[in-house]
Amino acid sequence: MQDAVRIEGVSKTFVTRSGQVHALADVSLTVGEGEFVSLIGPSGCGKSTLMRLVADLEQPTAGTVEVFGKTARKARVDQDYGIAFQQAGLLPWRTVAANIALPLEIHGVGRRERRSRVAELAEMVGLSDFADHHPDQLSGGMQQRVAIARALAERPRLLLMDEPFGALDEMTRERMQSELARITAETGAAVVFVTHSIPEAVFLSDRVVVMSPRPGRITSVITTGIGRDTARDEALRESPAFFEKVTEVRAALHGAPVRSPALEGR
Amino acid sequence: MSPTTERAARVAAPVLVGVLGLAVWQLLVSVLGVSEYLLPSPSEIWAELGENSQAIREAAWITGGNALAGLVFGAVLGVVLAALAGWARWFDGMLAPVVASVAVVPIVALAPVLNSMYGADSEYGRRAIAALAAFVPVFVNTLRGLRQTTPLHRDLMSTYAASGWQTFRALTLPSAAPYVLTGIRVATSLAVISALVAEYFGGPRGGLGSFISTSAATSAYARAWAYVAAAILLGLGAYLVTVLLERLVQHRLPTGNPR
Ligand SMILES: Nc1ncnc2c1ncn2[C@@H]1O[C@H](COP(=O)(O)OP(=O)(O)O)[C@@H](O)[C@H]1O
Ligand SMILES: [Mg+2]
Repeated sequence: MQDAVRIEGVSKTFVTRSGQVHALADVSLTVGEGEFVSLIGPSGCGKSTLMRLVADLEQPTAGTVEVFGKTARKARVDQDYGIAFQQAGLLPWRTVAANIALPLEIHGVGRRERRSRVAELAEMVGLSDFADHHPDQLSGGMQQRVAIARALAERPRLLLMDEPFGALDEMTRERMQSELARITAETGAAVVFVTHSIPEAVFLSDRVVVMSPRPGRITSVITTGIGRDTARDEALRESPAFFEKVTEVRAALHGAPVRSPALEGR
Repeated sequence: MSPTTERAARVAAPVLVGVLGLAVWQLLVSVLGVSEYLLPSPSEIWAELGENSQAIREAAWITGGNALAGLVFGAVLGVVLAALAGWARWFDGMLAPVVASVAVVPIVALAPVLNSMYGADSEYGRRAIAALAAFVPVFVNTLRGLRQTTPLHRDLMSTYAASGWQTFRALTLPSAAPYVLTGIRVATSLAVISALVAEYFGGPRGGLGSFISTSAATSAYARAWAYVAAAILLGLGAYLVTVLLERLVQHRLPTGNPR
């Protein structure tokens, strides 16, 4: 079995007009095949930067990033990952179907194959009835589903997601979490998932990576112990094991244990 | 007001204003006795329009043809050069002063030069002037449109390992389309005006502009006004066509892209 992502001794320094920003300092992290890993931490701790290094949208100042044993660049060219951001980033002049089809079009997938793949993906994210709508006719949650479908178009074995549910209301957010859990279970893809929300990270992940800023680094890694075969549903959100892990992540984030876990549930 | 009465009112109001204006004009001339020499009455102009309808139509055809030729050439040149300028900064830097100078050249200054350059029996001078006038707004708007892509969309295209051409086709060009159309809408009016005005300064006889000036020169004021009326109709018609075109395309580009 081959690791999806291997990050070793990575540092990233941005040179700006007002001086240097040490976004990441000596970060190492491995994401196994099919593993769901969340990155959590305060704003500015380098979560997005770390994800963008994996996506080959930024180059490390030091250290190496490997994706499925290749350089990040090779993996990007080979379309080994799919990506989704906090903003859906749909092209407003394209319909839902055409937005999902965009990566397929760019990679020269034939019309007929494209159509059946798009239908399949729209079905997967529950938007079959909206295939001919334009993005401005959709709610924020629906737009984000389109973005996820688009990220899955090339059947990537790795999904990179940067706060994809960050702009959604709490209700929609929880529904989207369950759907994402179902989709990743169906596709078996590894996921690197950036989030601000502790319950979200625990609910979805095999491991939660806690980061801290100035300079950005990993301070702890918490294994949730919630297996891939555990249903991501309301029962899980109510379970003591879930609360316990939420408390543990919170303690790691704040650097101190929290006493009353029962009150800290959500 | 219900939507339908509102729409009816929107159409009726300017029509009413126009009819009232014409009535007042006619009254001024026939009742108050303003000299026909100064101001021909609408009915006279209408009569001239009827008598010369054949000549007016031919003249409008010539002027409209020159404007269209100039518009097409100027717009294509504007889009192509803007695409090059958007692609390479150094080209933009080279082009910017040229475009700025073209933008401030007055038609009246250039028309005599170009008209004599191409010779007295050629329409090319007029077309060149219309093309120059159309070029500037198309170039400026297209270039602005080509810079409307967001970092997020550019990142996305780069995660697809899309080539420069693919990114241009799928992202840059569609984001620019509404801006190109705005440029063309502005350019249309300018092309018609320029083609018309260029006819005052040499070149072959024919065209609305040259008939306006010859009619006025022979004191046939009512006829001159009839040609002016035809020029207004030509300009309005061209403008309406481009507005419709813009609507049509923008309907297919629902949000006019960038936020
Ligand atoms: N392109 C950039 N240029 C300069 N500084 C940057 C750039 N991208 C990120 N940074 C800086 O790097 C740090 C980490 O940013 P980021 O990875 O976006 O954090 P997070 O996603 O955890 O909020 C911040 O201090 C941010 O200002
Ligand atoms: Mg971020």
